[in-house]
Amino acid sequence: MLRPQTDGDRARTVVSTFVLHLRPVRVPRAAIRFTHTFGLGGMSLVLLGTLGVTGSLLMLGYTPVPGEAYASIERLESQVLFGAFVRSVHHWSANLLVLVAFLHLLRVFFTGGFLDGRALNWLVGLVLLAAIAASSFTGYLLPWDQLAYWAVTIVTGMAGYVPLAGVALAALLRGGPEIGPETLGTYYAFHTQWLPALLVALALFHFWRVRRAGGVVVPPDAVRDERGKPEQVLFLPHLLWRETAVALLLLGAVSLCAALVRAPLGPPANPGLSLNPAKAPWYFLGFQELLVHLHPLFAVVVVPALGAIALVALPYLGFAKDEPRGAWFLSANGRRTARLAAVVALVATPILVVADEALLGAAGAPSGGAAFVTRGLLPVAALLAVCAAGYRALRSWQGATPLEAAQALFVLLATGFVVLTVTGIWFRGSGMRLVWPWNA
Amino acid sequence: MAVERVTPAGAPQRRRSFLGLAWLGVGVAALGEAAWIVASFLKPRAKAPSGEGSLVVAGPSEGFAPGSVTAFPAGKFYLVRLQDGGFLALHRQCTHLGCSVPWDEASGRFACPCHASVFDLRGDVLVPPAPRPLDLFAVRIENGIVKVDTGTKVRRSGFEPSQVTRG
Repeated sequence: MLRPQTDGDRARTVVSTFVLHLRPVRVPRAAIRFTHTFGLGGMSLVLLGTLGVTGSLLMLGYTPVPGEAYASIERLESQVLFGAFVRSVHHWSANLLVLVAFLHLLRVFFTGGFLDGRALNWLVGLVLLAAIAASSFTGYLLPWDQLAYWAVTIVTGMAGYVPLAGVALAALLRGGPEIGPETLGTYYAFHTQWLPALLVALALFHFWRVRRAGGVVVPPDAVRDERGKPEQVLFLPHLLWRETAVALLLLGAVSLCAALVRAPLGPPANPGLSLNPAKAPWYFLGFQELLVHLHPLFAVVVVPALGAIALVALPYLGFAKDEPRGAWFLSANGRRTARLAAVVALVATPILVVADEALLGAAGAPSGGAAFVTRGLLPVAALLAVCAAGYRALRSWQGATPLEAAQALFVLLATGFVVLTVTGIWFRGSGMRLVWPWNA
Repeated sequence: MAVERVTPAGAPQRRRSFLGLAWLGVGVAALGEAAWIVASFLKPRAKAPSGEGSLVVAGPSEGFAPGSVTAFPAGKFYLVRLQDGGFLALHRQCTHLGCSVPWDEASGRFACPCHASVFDLRGDVLVPPAPRPLDLFAVRIENGIVKVDTGTKVRRSGFEPSQVTRG
């Protein structure tokens, strides 16, 4: 190997050998196409980094004690150079990270990225998503304004519906019977220590496992040589420059958003005065919307548990080796069935929400054992029956493979959940009644 | 690997697997202890156990008119005097998701602003989603003075006359 001759060459060699420790030397040309992954995993990492830097800055000016916390944020925003901007970048990055990580999960699902020895990494990804939601949620309380106080009241109140352990669990999440200094201290510790440590460790492991698996899943239309190996290009410069461009564009977008729209800070928390309506953070509003329609046990425990079990079990369902993968929505048939499922969910979910609202208005909500059956067992059983029937119909009438059929069901349920979340964010007004967003 | 192959079957291998098991056991025990310590740090600590610290002295019973509701923000409860002269102390936290429920004098009801639950004077649910009546604190009347113990909260499924304290 030639010795680097100039200082510039030497520096470049050091940088590139270091980079190549972390990343492969060659990558498949087809796999680095932007629209193959949309760079969502890398974006998550960039956002995590941004959150680490801005969070460390915010820690310098923040006091995690009720009565002090809100004032310390106000001082930070009014007296510190770029204080409000840094807080806004933190706010935007955190919300964007929840969204980007969810989209990343969808991308991996829709390209079959959990197959071929990637099962463990799929699980790590699920834990990462949960840790990201927990980080966002614990951070939500810290400004100690009305929005924070009541959102955390609502979510910990939802935990109270867990059977048997509910009251203890709500008390554990609040550090006492009500939100107070213990809650703030615990959330601060989790937000700034435990969860970041977990996120960094798991994210490194997650990226390393991607490399162990031979990089991201390769699209089926990749140009391959006679031995079936996809055409390779050098990581440096081809992929590195793309990643750098995506990272810089993302940072630019976040900075712009933060400069234009400041992180909200409502009136200081007042335990005696509830907000109307009181809503959980937006990423939990799908569950809060479910709580309007279902018996609490089913909205808070049964349905989320079924969803979590399905996601965890997914890579272990034994999909065949010859299932299509690598392309978005697996195949032409996969695209068609996924579109069908999305349309069904987009039409059915709003109709169900509005119909149930009308029913509640006309007949009133049943209570006790009747609610357990009519607003719990029956709807959940009906949903499972629809899934089972849909699976069989997709397999026999649409000629879908097992994986394509499972994907269509996932699209159905995920779209339904997104519609519920959107309903909770924009279509619920005072007293949690349905409203148009422009009337709210 | 090589060592195991040349060792005759018997003592050394059993010793090795015993040591391996022992290490595993110690490891599991250490993990369990660590989890226990973390859990005990996280566990909510009782701040004011039932007793003097949590007792709110509301005042002489004749100071509360029948059919009236008096808020005690520090104790987080409403002292209700029913029409028949009995007392109830209602926790102000909504049983739906924990919002603070204000008393609406005009309609004579507790109306939760968060999700539109409505409770009557006795704390019973008039309009869901609240799943059960407002929780109670124990009331006692000593020498005509009404006292409320905010250290013990009573969950109930409906109003019963035995919940009322009379002077």
